Amino acid sequence: MSWLLILLPLAGVVAVVLSPARMAKIVAMLTTLVVFGVSIAAAVGFDGWGKGTWGLTGSFDWLSRYGIEIQVGADSVSLVLVLLTTFLMPLAVLGSFTSVRERLREYYGWLLGLEAAMLGVFLAKDLVLFYVCFEFTLVPMFFIIAIYGGANRAKASVKFMIYTFTGSLITLAAFLWLAWSASQAADGAWTFSIAALTEHAVSGLDATQQGWLLLALLIGFGVKVPIFPVHTWLPLAHTEAPTAGSVILAGVLLKLGTYGLYRFMLPMCPEAVVTWAPLIAVLAIIGILYGALICWVQTDVKKLVAYSSVSHLGFCILGLFALNPMGLEGSILYMVNHGLSTGALFFLIGMMYERYHTRDMNAVGGLAGRMPIWACFMVFFVLASVGLPGLNGFVSEFLCLIAAFAAGDMGAYPGVLGPWYAAIAALGMIFAAMYLLIMVGRIVFGPEKLPPGTPDEELLPQDLSVREITVLVPLAVFCIVLGVQPWIVIDGTSAAVADTLAVYEPILGQAKSAVQGALVGGAP
Amino acid sequence: MTEKLIFVIPEVILLAGVVAVAILGLVRSASLRSKVPWVAMLFITAAGVSIPFVFTDARIAESTLLLPGLGRPMGLVSCVVALCLVLMTVGRIDRRYERAIAAGRMPFDPLRSNRGEYYVFFLLSLAGLMLTCTASDLIWLFLALELTSLPTYVMVAMSRGSKRAQEAAMKYFYLGAMSAAMFLYGFALLYGATGTLELSAMRDVLAAQAADGGIGILAVVGMMLALLGIGFKLAAAPMHLYAGDVYEGAAVHVTAVLGFVPKAAGAVAFMLLLSTIGWFDGTPLPLPILIMLWVMAVLTMTLGNIGALLQRSVKRMFAYSSIAHSGYILVGIIAGPGLGFNAVVLYLFVYGLASTGAFAVLASLQRADREIEAVEDLAGLRQKHPGISAAMAITSGSLLGFPPLLGFWGKLALFVAGVASGHVVLVIIAGVNSAISAWYYLRLVGLPLMSEPTERSETIDRFDAPWARIAAIGLAASMVVLPIFLAGIQDETAVERPAVENNAVSMQDSSVQDEAAGS
Repeated sequence: MSWLLILLPLAGVVAVVLSPARMAKIVAMLTTLVVFGVSIAAAVGFDGWGKGTWGLTGSFDWLSRYGIEIQVGADSVSLVLVLLTTFLMPLAVLGSFTSVRERLREYYGWLLGLEAAMLGVFLAKDLVLFYVCFEFTLVPMFFIIAIYGGANRAKASVKFMIYTFTGSLITLAAFLWLAWSASQAADGAWTFSIAALTEHAVSGLDATQQGWLLLALLIGFGVKVPIFPVHTWLPLAHTEAPTAGSVILAGVLLKLGTYGLYRFMLPMCPEAVVTWAPLIAVLAIIGILYGALICWVQTDVKKLVAYSSVSHLGFCILGLFALNPMGLEGSILYMVNHGLSTGALFFLIGMMYERYHTRDMNAVGGLAGRMPIWACFMVFFVLASVGLPGLNGFVSEFLCLIAAFAAGDMGAYPGVLGPWYAAIAALGMIFAAMYLLIMVGRIVFGPEKLPPGTPDEELLPQDLSVREITVLVPLAVFCIVLGVQPWIVIDGTSAAVADTLAVYEPILGQAKSAVQGALVGGAP
Repeated sequence: MTEKLIFVIPEVILLAGVVAVAILGLVRSASLRSKVPWVAMLFITAAGVSIPFVFTDARIAESTLLLPGLGRPMGLVSCVVALCLVLMTVGRIDRRYERAIAAGRMPFDPLRSNRGEYYVFFLLSLAGLMLTCTASDLIWLFLALELTSLPTYVMVAMSRGSKRAQEAAMKYFYLGAMSAAMFLYGFALLYGATGTLELSAMRDVLAAQAADGGIGILAVVGMMLALLGIGFKLAAAPMHLYAGDVYEGAAVHVTAVLGFVPKAAGAVAFMLLLSTIGWFDGTPLPLPILIMLWVMAVLTMTLGNIGALLQRSVKRMFAYSSIAHSGYILVGIIAGPGLGFNAVVLYLFVYGLASTGAFAVLASLQRADREIEAVEDLAGLRQKHPGISAAMAITSGSLLGFPPLLGFWGKLALFVAGVASGHVVLVIIAGVNSAISAWYYLRLVGLPLMSEPTERSETIDRFDAPWARIAAIGLAASMVVLPIFLAGIQDETAVERPAVENNAVSMQDSSVQDEAAGS
């Protein structure tokens, strides 16, 4: 099943390249829908929900001399992200029908190649496949930005490529070192299996070595997330990418970073994580506030949403490094929610841009009268993104904050963060409400302002077309479903999260007992 | 003695090819003359096919050569890459002259025809490379290295009519002669220090010295001189300075040869020489030599990549990038036998195909019957020549080492070997260098595929003969397809045959553990 998920999009690439240009979008649409169907079938057949077990496994012999065997498989966390990916892809394809008008076969080919790579990352059970796919996601995105992007696309694509490529090379060096260190412990037998290497990293490395490993992983994945101060590629890449590119970037590619932190850094270097979590949390909080403040002064709507990703992903990181079940579950839920709501916002801005050819809030405004349906969706997704209770954003944001709050010395869960972290990060929620609502106020409501020569209604109706509504409705449905019933994700992943955290119990228990002795309370 | 004779059968086949090609190149009939490259390929194929029969596992196991496992994988790699190198030259050598003859403007004059000669020199150089792999003593090694290099001096000089080619050949020749003098001096000192020319005997003598209180200074100095001199073949710093001028001055098909044949010979010579002085019984390399190799590797990678960043001429850019690749190869050499040498041979294969592919791309383009020069000439290539520009992008991506292309796996093997031998810092430096190289390789991906054509690049045309194009696109396809067959490729390029392999690995590990214990 895992192989099918990775190979189907690749087969789709071949089909798209061989089909005539006007059929490309149909072929791509069908492929992504079939992949979505397969992933649903895989999820239904998966017996690891609520358990920490792996399923859908398979393996393939590769460079055996160097210990390299390709292994695939999924646990509940990776399957959630697989579903997010396969769910967003058909929408991304559908959303590009009118916005991309040239070099169609290449465009849809790259999109499908990107899907294969992203699924490969989430389904990898060995470091080599993980790294190959992690790295290969750059190529399609590089071309999508560089060919189909906005005016500044050349700079954006190269900056995106160089930042992430450099970061992941350092991660690769760390992986190789880890594999070598494991081979030393195992009498020269090489392996790149994630499970075996995690075991070795926990038991075989001392705190200093784990610290170096943490640093290298933080550089690679931190660039991808992105964590302040290595976030500067993101606003540029998101702004210049075509709509579907921004959606995939925000929806899935950023999650590769957080997934990497969850899958590698947390289980592999617990001692170092406990030592450095406060620092990383501070970086996350700086990202939250700094991103939010920049959003406040943006006049470019797309850039505003891009910076809001920097801010939102800060919460995700904060949840991860709270090191308790609430935080991790909240963080995983946040990955999904951010993909849905920010993806939808990029779609909406793309739809506006297609009609008015501007993203400048000073040039366009008061669109509610002309595009009521668009305005409804805009307000809906902004509220989801702000964290209105009842919609999806609220649950995960709240879980991350409360997890950080509780992760203090005195909290219910022993941890290394505390109320101050949560209190300061919570300012980000207020800022988010301000900048997003200001944006809505200016472009949706207020006096009507239209750039000269627009709207461009050659291909598009004044308000949203049926196709565009079809793109947005599934996203909106899931925003409500996950807002009301977040348990479907939280319960499904709770056992896997508990397994990840098991290694922290002794360490944090010690830390706590060292600090407050007999005051230990609450269930870890 | 019979063993030596059997092991040179592939080279004998190549020499027979030399004779056949030399004669065929002078035939009056134009259609027969045009078959010369195909005949050369035939003989290369025959040599390649003979290799598995010559280097059987039994013969390798009995051999007294220093690295008996080297001949087979290197021979196969050399033959495969050589076939591609010849394929891209079909219809190139002497093409203006042949055109003039066909149009009846000139008579056929054997003295003016270069066609046969080019392939004669190429086959000789290839034979030199393969002889290097089976070298049993210093004299043989010296002669084989010179047999590799001498024909390439002539190939550069006669590759095109312009003065630049001749200037390049002069520089190449004089600097090459200086480097030969250097490593010959080194060889002499090694002989003085050990009293033998046989590489295997030399290893035993040095092992005895090492057990008896350390390898003598004479041998260490001799080895350092020899390595520095042979560094010229690898284009390794500080002997890399010729590369820019020579690569740019030579015609592109000759540049492609320079990018692989001498480099491979140099890498093989490095492996052979270093195996005499280190790694026996788990002994590490003497510290001065290790330091020198480290410095060489770091300088070579860094200067190569930074140099490539600064170039505007696409051939110079490839010249400097090939210097950088020598630096990566040195990482594998430092890693030593077992994983390290396996990775070096695998990398030579991967790099040879990718670099030949990149040069084949350049060879398949022309402007008014001349080669293209500036990187900007590639701008917007995609609109007129989609296949060629895709080949450029894929071979550049492979040279950059981007997964999942073939180049990535070669680099991964090198890095694994480097880390396994305990040189983590060196591997990190190599990783940073890969990141630097992304800047200029991305230009080669981006310009053809994404830029708009400029006025200058509009005038770029396809080369008349299709073979360079076919080679370029075929090699680019192989970058995508060959990773599927990596399991088989790694076995074929392993320096030790499977039976002996385990010993090498355990020896490798024990040396690592010794090092770890020492530190």
